[in-house]
Amino acid sequence: MSYVAIKGGKAAIDGAAAATDYLRCKGSLDEPLTLAMIEEQLRLLTSRVVSEGGLYHPRLAALALKQFQGDTLEAAFALRAYRSTKPRLLETPVQDTANMRCIRRISSAFKEVPGGQYLGATYDYALRLLQLDLANEDPAAFKAVAQSFLQDTPDSEVPDNFPKVIDALRAEGLLPPVTPSRAAAFDITRDPLVFPVPRSAALATMARSETGGLLAMAYSNMRGYGDVHPTVAELRVGYLPVMLPHPVTGELMEAGEVLVTECEVVAMYEGTNGDELPTFTLGYGACFGHNEVKAISMAILDRALQKGMQDGPTNPSEDPEFVLLHVDGVDSMGFASHYKMPHYVTFQSDMDRLRTTQQKMQQQDTEATA
Amino acid sequence: MNAHYELPLEDAGYSFGFLDEYAKKEVRRCILKAIAIPGYQTPYASREMPMGRGFGTGGLQLTLSLIGADDTLKVIDQGSDDSVNAVNLRQFVQLTCPGVAVTEKTQEATLIQSRHRIPEKMLTEQQILVLQVPYPDALVVVEPSEARRKVMHGEADYSRLLVKLYEDVVRFDEITISHRYPTRLNGHYVIDPSPIPRWDVPRLHQSPALVLLGAGREKKIYAVPPYTVAEPLVFDDIAFRVEDFRDANGQRIACRCCGSTVSFLDELIDDAGNVTHQCSDSSYCEEEQETISARKQA
Repeated sequence: MSYVAIKGGKAAIDGAAAATDYLRCKGSLDEPLTLAMIEEQLRLLTSRVVSEGGLYHPRLAALALKQFQGDTLEAAFALRAYRSTKPRLLETPVQDTANMRCIRRISSAFKEVPGGQYLGATYDYALRLLQLDLANEDPAAFKAVAQSFLQDTPDSEVPDNFPKVIDALRAEGLLPPVTPSRAAAFDITRDPLVFPVPRSAALATMARSETGGLLAMAYSNMRGYGDVHPTVAELRVGYLPVMLPHPVTGELMEAGEVLVTECEVVAMYEGTNGDELPTFTLGYGACFGHNEVKAISMAILDRALQKGMQDGPTNPSEDPEFVLLHVDGVDSMGFASHYKMPHYVTFQSDMDRLRTTQQKMQQQDTEATA
Repeated sequence: MNAHYELPLEDAGYSFGFLDEYAKKEVRRCILKAIAIPGYQTPYASREMPMGRGFGTGGLQLTLSLIGADDTLKVIDQGSDDSVNAVNLRQFVQLTCPGVAVTEKTQEATLIQSRHRIPEKMLTEQQILVLQVPYPDALVVVEPSEARRKVMHGEADYSRLLVKLYEDVVRFDEITISHRYPTRLNGHYVIDPSPIPRWDVPRLHQSPALVLLGAGREKKIYAVPPYTVAEPLVFDDIAFRVEDFRDANGQRIACRCCGSTVSFLDELIDDAGNVTHQCSDSSYCEEEQETISARKQA
């Protein structure tokens, strides 16, 4: 008999849950992973999950990673589902990333920038040679690494925050001035995307998109299905103070901080309609957590999509519908997984059509030869 | 984040129906709009549910927004109450909606959530059928862009869909659409009736029960209100045909369990390689068997 029509669906589901949990717990170790271990030592994994989950809660992200045994798609999905149970309490005012407490900021547009280049924590120039001494790491040496780094880096050496590189470009007239938008930001958690969508909807969708999916779209543009040719004006990673209005006085006050990656890319200038001077064009990317490839991909796609919105898309990465409806990890992984579910009713219909068509064609053949 | 932050340990308490009340209210408003414009795909925000997109999250949001403690729910997948996905969805509703009764009997249910089937038993005005939808738009087979499809729907321009049907007839002498058969409501909007077999399409026509269709991933809700004209898209000289369950001699194949010759059948291949058939609607089949054994005893 077929694999689902049988009685016992509940037993099968319970059994699957038990088998999955068995695989999580079996093995040579007695000690389960702690959430702090995941959040601290697998910080980039946690970063990816808070970003794709669209919920800044690293501890819950760590829990989800533990529960789903390291599957980032599933972990981000669990955060999203958790969010569905929570009402939206308020809309935050615009947060100024110039106030970010950077752990890293670079610009590839200039050799030196106001505030200076701070390479910070990055693997960019690390040799990808396996560090075999990590295989059996001595706990004492492990602790000593953190202590000695802090001893050798006095607080006074690192500025609290840095000016934005694009502000300098704006002051020079190389970038268009900021035109404050009066429209409220589009909230993708409360409104569906009905095309055409405003840029804020595109940015919000990309901010919580699946990293690999977004990268693939952006890479197609970088390779030649598009022509953004970006220069990274600035990439910064750091803790952004979240300013919220005080419930009584209405005055903005710091309610906490979120780790954010932000990237601005500058692309070549375009002709203008009137008497205005041409300027460079800008692409913007930002997301929760430390996810540099994602922020850069998003910035490139933001530029590509703005071009597509203005002139009509000539490449997939410039088509808002194509990009925005295909980069969400929860949507795409869910639909890919759903093909594992039984489809025997629809397959019965498929067989019915094929058999009828085959019969008709055989009949025609016999009639033709008769 | 604060290193000393501790997770609340008893944070498993979810509100009735899992979704927050604002989300449920939004879904109910979209349902009203969908009923007011039969076949129009009403966009809605569509929350993430704790099961995969494609597993019935659209149908589930409809169910959770409508269900109350006095409702009786039936959940089926492929016609079966015991299919893994149906069990999963039903368990979730029971977990998050305390007090709700569940049933396998079609006639006892006030709310029926289904994937890929409409129950064999005629539904009543007192019932709501919720269908899970992977592709809400019948035009997607001829036009990938949602923005362009929206215009086509607005203008009731289904010419390209008709051309596709015509080309089928020319190439195969048959319309090859097997399930998700495009169906026109009230002479305007053409809907994708969800992946129900063609067998079920005629039951949408003048259905006494409200039929709601929910696409969670594609974020659309649409409806076939009670007693609405629902016609499969065909030509005047080419009839709409449901699945054919006749054997090589032209005899209607009967269900191997209940002997019914009027229900949609699943085709099964046993270990010996023999093909047998049984009702896809498991609850219908069981009741037929009970009726037969009761008759025998009498």
